[in-house]
Amino acid sequence: MDNSKRYERLLERYKNGDLDRRTFLGLIGAAGVAYGVVSPFSRYAVAASKPDEVRFDGWGGVVSEAFREHAFTPYEEKTGIKVVDGTFGGGDEYLARVKASAPGEYNLAHLSGVFDYARYHGLGLTTVLNEDNIPNLQYVIPKLIEVFRGVTDGKLSCVPYDYGTTGIAYNRKHISDDEAKEKGARLLIDEKYKGKIGGWGDWRTRIWYGALQTDQDPNNATDMEAIWNAIRTHRDLSLKYWGSGAELMSLLAEEEIYTTEGWSGRIYALREQGHDMGYLDPPNGYGWQECIFVIKGSPLEACEELLNFMLEPATAIAVAEGQNYPPALDPNKVDLGEKIPKLPAFDPSGTLDGLTFANSAYWNGNEQAWSKEFGRIQKGY
Amino acid sequence: MASTVEARETRQPWILLSPALTAIVLLLIIPLAFIVVYSFWLRTAAGSEQVGFYLDNWKEALTDSFYRDILLSTLRIALITTIACALLGYPCAYFIARSKSGNKTLLLLMLILPFWISYIIRTMSWINILGVSGALNTLLVNSGLLAEPLQLLYNEPSVILGLVHFLLPFMVLNVYVSLEGIDESLESAARSLGCTSWQSFLEVTLPLSLPGLAAGGLLCFVLAAGTYITPLVLGGARDAMFANLVYEAIIVQLNWPLGSALSLMLLFVLGLVVTVYNRFVGMGQIAKSFGQE
Repeated sequence: MDNSKRYERLLERYKNGDLDRRTFLGLIGAAGVAYGVVSPFSRYAVAASKPDEVRFDGWGGVVSEAFREHAFTPYEEKTGIKVVDGTFGGGDEYLARVKASAPGEYNLAHLSGVFDYARYHGLGLTTVLNEDNIPNLQYVIPKLIEVFRGVTDGKLSCVPYDYGTTGIAYNRKHISDDEAKEKGARLLIDEKYKGKIGGWGDWRTRIWYGALQTDQDPNNATDMEAIWNAIRTHRDLSLKYWGSGAELMSLLAEEEIYTTEGWSGRIYALREQGHDMGYLDPPNGYGWQECIFVIKGSPLEACEELLNFMLEPATAIAVAEGQNYPPALDPNKVDLGEKIPKLPAFDPSGTLDGLTFANSAYWNGNEQAWSKEFGRIQKGY
Repeated sequence: MASTVEARETRQPWILLSPALTAIVLLLIIPLAFIVVYSFWLRTAAGSEQVGFYLDNWKEALTDSFYRDILLSTLRIALITTIACALLGYPCAYFIARSKSGNKTLLLLMLILPFWISYIIRTMSWINILGVSGALNTLLVNSGLLAEPLQLLYNEPSVILGLVHFLLPFMVLNVYVSLEGIDESLESAARSLGCTSWQSFLEVTLPLSLPGLAAGGLLCFVLAAGTYITPLVLGGARDAMFANLVYEAIIVQLNWPLGSALSLMLLFVLGLVVTVYNRFVGMGQIAKSFGQE
């Protein structure tokens, strides 16, 4: 919102009788002083629209480092607004923190879509972004935006930011590409690798892979008992469930485990570190997109400005190269450089037709029962 | 005049206690009351709470064998940890208590030193020691004693090891305080009456130090039973403890009402342990280990 618009709104509120004359003139006077000279009053005039800081929470590790280096520091230099960056270990944990917080305490978050987005909407934590303030939204793959619009009645409370897959990672020293390809998702329940298998302790991922291991559609499973049994088999063969990207990388790098499902960007990062890791997206593999979500009660203009800054192609590409996930930018509209087309899960067509995404209505509809059941199976039941 | 002095003397302890009482009410009693209230609500499908008075969470927590089994497993792990701490901690405390005063300060400092490092970091350090590529396996494989590294992590023994590592100083400090309070001349007297060193320890020192051992045992047991970080970091797929269930209900399932009921259930069980301890030993022994008589 520019200053003229701000003045018009103020005038409208005065005319409607929402503000008395003294308050109206006082605010106009304060604004005049603020814009005319540097004075102690200036901060009162601009405080409402320009906060001192905004809080961003993300996944930590290489992802946070990329955001800090390529997005936050330049944004702070340009706007003078400090970005406080926090981390979380998982979407569930973060949602619990947000739920327990005061409005405005948390502002932006790098969330997994689309079911997390739908959960936030269900809890009344979405806001409505003014897309005119985010012109760089034009570069984003339309399919990624439309999915979010479908949840929030055509409006947006986030911008899509990147996408990736949760595929099968394996140590090539112990498992060949041919073997991985032949076994697909069943590699994770292969008796031969008992004690050397890992898995994310996330109920959605476990059920998704349980569906693949029992030849079912992950977005429309018909035999849940078979899936639970596949999860039990995986549990009994696993060394442990990992809980964060850092732990995933550590378990694979230290050869505590030879195979697990893993996040495409993290496995690419392991390869960059010199570990001989194979990565396979089986048919109907788990595709996901992430967004930068703005939580209700946040300073909208500052957040929109940061979102636009983050979607600036140069910034988004630099972040993508840092975190090893393809950006949400449409390759038909933006030249993504040399590295991104080589990243796992990258779709050069910009249609993302080759990836299977979670049906948020289906997964969120079963969330309560399935997360509980998985919790029990995880502990030996 | 006398009544004014008397009234002031009656008022004074309460005035002095008021900061502590305020903190306890604000930071413990009121949050606990919130948890009690929450435990009677219900979680809706969207993850928010349905306010009301429902007994569903309590019914589930008290009748579902899943929670009972994990609770028993948690108490078993806590008991093993406590026994291990007692067996390892007693000789250590005895050694410190019988050291010369200069060495004693140094040894006590070394005992407290681990508290300066984050508990999570201390727990994770075992990954670098016991992992497949960790120090111990590397040493054993490189020296030719093993052909293949051993799988030492992510099982119940590694959870217990992590807990012992965390809780041992609590045990040592309690036993040490108890041993320090024993007059050494009593042991000499026992020996002068014909006891061997071992007999004088068994007949004199050990019985007199039992309150310290009990206090350390209580602290170790309660802290071990309430932990969730150690099984998360060092445990395998099945090595969850009861606090992990609370964590999952609240964080993963966003079921705060059930999580509240489970946490109160754990609080009640541990409260029961503390009550039994207080009945037979008394809480005063724990205060002694923190330097209060």
